[in-house]
Amino acid sequence: MIKVENLTKTFGPKVAVNNVSFSVERGEVLGFLGPNGAGKSTSMRMITGFIPPTDGKITVGGHDMLENPLPAKALIGYLPENAPAYSDMTVYGFLNFTAELRGMKADARKKAVNRVVEMCFLESVIHQSVDTLSKGYRHRTCFAQSIIHDPEILVLDEPTDGLDPNQKHEVRTLIRRMGEKKAIIFSTHILEEVEAVCSRAIIIDRGQIVANGTPSQLKHKSDVAGAVLIRVQGLNAADLKERLAQNGAGRKVMIVKEDASGVTARIYPKNSAGDGELARAVSELAVAQRWHLEELHTEEGRLDEVFRNITLPETAAAKEETK
Amino acid sequence: MNSAVANVKAITKREMSAYFASPVAYVFIVIFLLLAGFFTFMAGGFFQRNQANLEAFFLWHPWLYLFLVPSVGMRLWSEERRMGTIELLLTMPITAWQAIVGKFLASWAFLALALICTFPVILTVNYLGHPDNGVIFGAYVGSLLMAGAYLSISCMTSALTRNQVISFILSVVICLFLILAGWPPVTDMLSQITDKPGLIEAVASFSVMTHFESFRRGVIDTRDVVFYLGIMVFCLFTTAVIIRGHRAG
Repeated sequence: MIKVENLTKTFGPKVAVNNVSFSVERGEVLGFLGPNGAGKSTSMRMITGFIPPTDGKITVGGHDMLENPLPAKALIGYLPENAPAYSDMTVYGFLNFTAELRGMKADARKKAVNRVVEMCFLESVIHQSVDTLSKGYRHRTCFAQSIIHDPEILVLDEPTDGLDPNQKHEVRTLIRRMGEKKAIIFSTHILEEVEAVCSRAIIIDRGQIVANGTPSQLKHKSDVAGAVLIRVQGLNAADLKERLAQNGAGRKVMIVKEDASGVTARIYPKNSAGDGELARAVSELAVAQRWHLEELHTEEGRLDEVFRNITLPETAAAKEETK
Repeated sequence: MNSAVANVKAITKREMSAYFASPVAYVFIVIFLLLAGFFTFMAGGFFQRNQANLEAFFLWHPWLYLFLVPSVGMRLWSEERRMGTIELLLTMPITAWQAIVGKFLASWAFLALALICTFPVILTVNYLGHPDNGVIFGAYVGSLLMAGAYLSISCMTSALTRNQVISFILSVVICLFLILAGWPPVTDMLSQITDKPGLIEAVASFSVMTHFESFRRGVIDTRDVVFYLGIMVFCLFTTAVIIRGHRAG
């Protein structure tokens, strides 16, 4: 549905987006991750046709965004960053206006507005003017605007920004449900959101794609992916390390926590594959040694760690240089 | 084509309701009427003239519009940029042209409404004497065209900045230039500097004053109409260029 090829955007000497290519199909929810200023919003603004790219090609539902913008824009629902809305209008007036711009006739407009008001829980504020709304309601009003024409493609720039945990949950559920039939791109810097909602994620840093895969693929890039975490009661760290070394299970043992009641350790596998081999070896050892196991599980890896590893090293290196 | 008209209509409707959603519209109309009345009857000496025409009324319009029209037009695009709604508007399946024309027409219609509200002055002059109502009609047409030209200028300056105050000042300065270029004290000064009458005429031909004169006498001259429409087209075109420039970064 969305195909982006060699997208580049420069603002003067600054390269905001550098040669980015990806595509999103129907039924996919693509998470756009990256530190602040990485080029997420700029990319989305180009995809939705708000700003023209310096170079590259954007195809939306078969229409070229630069050469034939109107049919391409008609397919997209867009929630811009900070959820702008006309503050002098009522929620109803605003939604009705956007439906009108989407080319709906009066009957269809009424139905569409009622549908999104219900979906986004806006009944209680429908006749209130937008500038009297709390941030959460204003955000949902703008979100409602993006789905008013039931678009095939949704582009959402930080859809859960500024919402309380319950509202975040609602929006995520909504995105996941709509993601079954639509192509959705959404940006966030909340990593748990990616795991909860996305079928695929792209990490973008300084305008370039640095990782692209399903959340679990990305997690496997983590150092701790495939490691086994155990907690044994009534044992000290030295003993545990010695036994594990004798057994030869794992590449490295790291003590996470040691206290009076026992010890928690992370055992790294010899090869990076987390196929359960290591967990089996450790549990056999535990049975043989008659350890009082309190916990034993294989770690999947953590997205936040992957994110930091991918996006941080160079900035850290840059800091070193300036020193 | 139909959808283009529908889009322009939707935007015009929204802009219109934006004026009336706040007290701004009413405050504007009241101030406009008060000032128009003051200039006509006090400064213009309507009664002292003892003539059955609205010369005293229309004489002041270029000056009256100088401050009032930019205050109507200053928010058109700067507000849109400040609130970020421009991103919403321009990612809708409409062209930038439709948005520009829609907004312009809404403000122009609003100014027309304010102008219509001055109708008691027509009743007054008809009650007191026997004026030529054709002349009055022609002058109203000219006044409306002049308001449109001013408005297109402030539409352009409001696209330049997200700050309404800057937008207002810029457009007052440009409009003031257009008035002064044909204002007798300025043209007299010019004729002292240069002896080429062609140059003075060329400068004066850019003035809204020069092109308002025959309207005031009730003559709708094609050249004057073209002048005002030309300013509108030029300024709205420039608005489109400016907006495109912002988006291109």
